[in-house]
Amino acid sequence: MANRTNHMEYMEGMDVIDSHILDEVISEMNAYDYDKYTAADVRRALAHETFTAEDFKAVLSPAAMPFLEEIAKKAQAETRKHFGNSIYMFTPLYIANYCENYCIYCGFNCHNKINRAKLEPDEIEKEMKAISDTGLQEILILTGESRKMSDVKYIGEACKIARKYFKIVGIEVYPMNVDEYAYLHECGVDFVTVFQETYNSDKYETLHLEGHKRVFPYRFYAQERAVLGGMRGVGFGALLGLDDFRKDAFATGYHAHLLQRKYPHAEIAISCPRLRPIINNEKINPRDVHEPQLLQVICAYRLLLPFASITISTRECERFRDNIIKIAATKISAGVSVGIGGHEGEEKGDAQFEISDGRSVDEVFEAIERQGMQPVMSDYIYV
Amino acid sequence: MVLNGENISVKDGITLESLLEERGYRIPMIAVELNGEIPQKSEYGSIILKDSDVIEVVHFMGGGSQDNDTLVIGGHEFTSRFILGSGKYSLDLIKAAVEHAGAQIITLALRRAATGDVANILDYIPENVTLLPNTSGARNAEEAVRIARLAREVGCGDFIKIECIRDSKYLLPDNYETIKATEILAKEGFIVMPYMYPDLNAARDLVNAGAASIMPLGAPIGSNKGICTREFIKILIDEIDLPIIVDAGIGRPSHACEAMEMGAAAVMANTAIATAGNVPAMAEAFRKAIEAGRGAYLSGMGRVIEKGASASSPLTGFLHD
Repeated sequence: MANRTNHMEYMEGMDVIDSHILDEVISEMNAYDYDKYTAADVRRALAHETFTAEDFKAVLSPAAMPFLEEIAKKAQAETRKHFGNSIYMFTPLYIANYCENYCIYCGFNCHNKINRAKLEPDEIEKEMKAISDTGLQEILILTGESRKMSDVKYIGEACKIARKYFKIVGIEVYPMNVDEYAYLHECGVDFVTVFQETYNSDKYETLHLEGHKRVFPYRFYAQERAVLGGMRGVGFGALLGLDDFRKDAFATGYHAHLLQRKYPHAEIAISCPRLRPIINNEKINPRDVHEPQLLQVICAYRLLLPFASITISTRECERFRDNIIKIAATKISAGVSVGIGGHEGEEKGDAQFEISDGRSVDEVFEAIERQGMQPVMSDYIYV
Repeated sequence: MVLNGENISVKDGITLESLLEERGYRIPMIAVELNGEIPQKSEYGSIILKDSDVIEVVHFMGGGSQDNDTLVIGGHEFTSRFILGSGKYSLDLIKAAVEHAGAQIITLALRRAATGDVANILDYIPENVTLLPNTSGARNAEEAVRIARLAREVGCGDFIKIECIRDSKYLLPDNYETIKATEILAKEGFIVMPYMYPDLNAARDLVNAGAASIMPLGAPIGSNKGICTREFIKILIDEIDLPIIVDAGIGRPSHACEAMEMGAAAVMANTAIATAGNVPAMAEAFRKAIEAGRGAYLSGMGRVIEKGASASSPLTGFLHD
């Protein structure tokens, strides 16, 4: 791997926008020494009505772990204040799994021998119809990251179809340029999610060995380009556990926070995927993300970003998901199939990862109601 | 003569008090050692300095970050966070008020000039105090811009406080006109400090228009009602990266203290001081309150016990490691 490209250098054709957010996030993250925070810092943060970056750091620190119950109560109160009892439901639809990136932790990576496929427009329509029949009104369209096999036009066609069946359309595809986001917005997309995976660019470089995803700053500025392209909202996420999760969680929240400050009209969403720790590994790696740490991170996101949509993945189990929606998460997927197709007939291509909560839309709907919450399919009309 | 280790030359016959003032020291906050002796503050005015004198001037220094806790507006640094208004009280009280307030910025209104030996406010304001002319009387952006340009011609420097008021009953500022005036004047190189109704979107527009600080009102001007707009000012403090200076409505030192505890960068007051029984004493009371509030803010407000907390089953009982 001696000839790996410079991951901080843009490739040809990639938009470079005028922004300082990357520098601000990285320098603040590097300066974040979470071991210096004390119980008193955490108590002080919890006494504040609104959270500063400093409070966010305190609540993300190891010193906050003994306060998890208090943190959860404060996060719950904050969530209720802005969302009432609403829990939004959606499902992802993977339309293609071709990928040009070599990300060593990902099932879709271009060197992994899996069944590759992409759905043709008529297949997309069938899948969407089947999903829509379950009652869902929001869909998230995903592809592997191959500009060649899933070009912007192809994604755009899928979005146009989606608009016929759903009130809200989001995408989670490769990062693109401002004009491409503008085009997809015209096709009916309102929300763009891009995971940075890790904000430690040195670590990032060792995990993303080939492909356009290797370019760290281009990925970092995807949300900002999406907003400039006219998108209503953008989603952020670090794959917690890839690197030091406290620093990555800080950077994720701070990234979203700075973007919200710069573009106050943009809606902010956060996802919280994690690498599952290996059992009995705690002594080997104190930075593993166990459930208490995951809860800590999700609550900290809520306290820094009171009005952010927080999505809880089907990678987490039923028990965790049913409880976290009572505390801080506001959005939950249901009836999930992570292979290519599979909502209507056979899966055509292999999945990116295994899910832990395979409940149907009806089952999740009922589970939300059992928790005393209100399932919501969509509450906006976008014009 | 040597002042704090530095060789300086001074005018013949200058008093210790004049030297300290000339150098910008805040007499209430310092102590002086003159040739090894420590004179009383009341003697400063009568001590005539000689060329062979050696002077040490000291002041208290808090621990930690307060040492360099300065307020920066448009690239200018201030150690005082009290902006004093100059209206509604007699000119001969201004000097004492400024001194007791420890103020380094004082606001002025522009009026048609009088001729001859009529007193001019500029003669009464101590040197080293930054003049902040306001555009009071302006009803729209155009008038504010005109007043600002005239003020600069008088020689008051580049600072300008914009007041655009087209409401003669409550004297509430017009944010829209204020934004327009800010944009024009910032482009002309003014250090623009707009007075506004605390509205987040308008404040963001002011930032984009080039404002150097934001001056939201706490309550209608002159009402002495305190910080009635508390929740909205808190939002500005959280969201806006410029100094937030609470202006108008501050009726007593406790109001000023509260603004500073909330994280305001400074407080501006006029009526409360001008209408006090003892103007200099009230100015000093405000100074102390502002310093106390700032200190509380910097030291990180402690835990507030919330009322009405209800015992409920734990939320985190579901976790598995």
